[in-house]
Amino acid sequence: MDTAPETDARREHFDALIDADDRIEPRDWMPDEYRKTLVRQIAQHAHSEIIGMQPEGNWLTRAPSLRRKAILTAKVQDEAGHGLYLYGAAETLGIPREELLERLHNGRQKYSSIFNYPTLTWADVGAIGWLVDGAAIMNQVPLCRCSYGPYARAMIRICKEESFHQRQGFQIMLTLAEGTDEQRAMAQDALDRWWWPSIMMFGPPDAESVHGDQNMRWGIKRFGNDELRQKFIDATVPQADLLGLTIPDPDLHYDDAAGHYVHGEIDWDHFWEVVKGDGPCNRERMSTRVGAHETGTWVREAATAYADKHAARAAEAAA
Amino acid sequence: MSAGRADWPLWEVFVRARRGVSHVHVGTVHAPDAELALQNARDLFTRRSEGVSLWVVRSSDITASDPDDRGEMFEPAEDKTFRHPTDFELPDEVANM
Repeated sequence: MDTAPETDARREHFDALIDADDRIEPRDWMPDEYRKTLVRQIAQHAHSEIIGMQPEGNWLTRAPSLRRKAILTAKVQDEAGHGLYLYGAAETLGIPREELLERLHNGRQKYSSIFNYPTLTWADVGAIGWLVDGAAIMNQVPLCRCSYGPYARAMIRICKEESFHQRQGFQIMLTLAEGTDEQRAMAQDALDRWWWPSIMMFGPPDAESVHGDQNMRWGIKRFGNDELRQKFIDATVPQADLLGLTIPDPDLHYDDAAGHYVHGEIDWDHFWEVVKGDGPCNRERMSTRVGAHETGTWVREAATAYADKHAARAAEAAA
Repeated sequence: MSAGRADWPLWEVFVRARRGVSHVHVGTVHAPDAELALQNARDLFTRRSEGVSLWVVRSSDITASDPDDRGEMFEPAEDKTFRHPTDFELPDEVANM
């Protein structure tokens, strides 16, 4: 433990900024654990964004209309962009992007388990936008006030763009719900498969959460997992009613006294199975990611060669 | 070169949102040269008409003040409130000055 007076003064300044709900910026002194926590969280978030391109990318070539295809292309492009904003934020903590990608590829760092489920029908694209992006927004809006400046700023950009994602997803669901019996059944089937994984996105109950308290203290986390999950359910149940679809939870009911919906028991054993690598698509997602990185090598090399060639020509012309 | 371990430098990106305002820092991109940095910045930061002009600057070319020097750098201005117009109390009759 470094207890030099200089460090104490810096720590006091850090604590004072946190207490005042001010922001920490990249070159400020910060406790090692604060830096490590942020690197882990921002990297996991970035990885989730780029892995999240895969389930939706699956439907790019089979979108039902040119308009839907253009929208989905834009959305998948946004996910790549969100990954890049976040890798950029993580890099301000002194860790290169290449290193973060390596940690994803060798399994040392994780991405959100929600992307380990398959997209079997077009309705899944709707359900992902409505539920998965909806849950992500619930998680991400408080991060716009995260104590670490670059992360908070990245989140502001991301949240602005996520809103389009959720609305386009809900509109796909609405169109299907107003369609033929077959289309309605497809929408219901997608809701049946995505509901539970979506509410698991908020993470385990706070009582079991490992890093909760310290992260609250540091202003990295603003609300507990259960509180955010509740907010999401309260917002989403009426939307399902509007669609005329049934949430696949027989125990779900409204508690008048509490003013909240109460959900049935969540299968956390299943959640941990997927986290540990045994979800339906974990291996496929990783091999696609690593494969894309490897097959993209020549593109990165070509861009470097092109830049070198032009730099050499410019130097020649100047000589 | 190892399997794609690209040592592309980092570039800071600044966007002018519209005519009449300054370029504002929005984030970073990696690119092998300035031209590609501009293209990457275009793709990343202006997909929704966020700007009419872009700057990219190599991050390593920026000289920044040290946060630990904030005392010497910025505190001397704090006791010179007379630099601000509000420091001067004038009679109400002097309406707009």
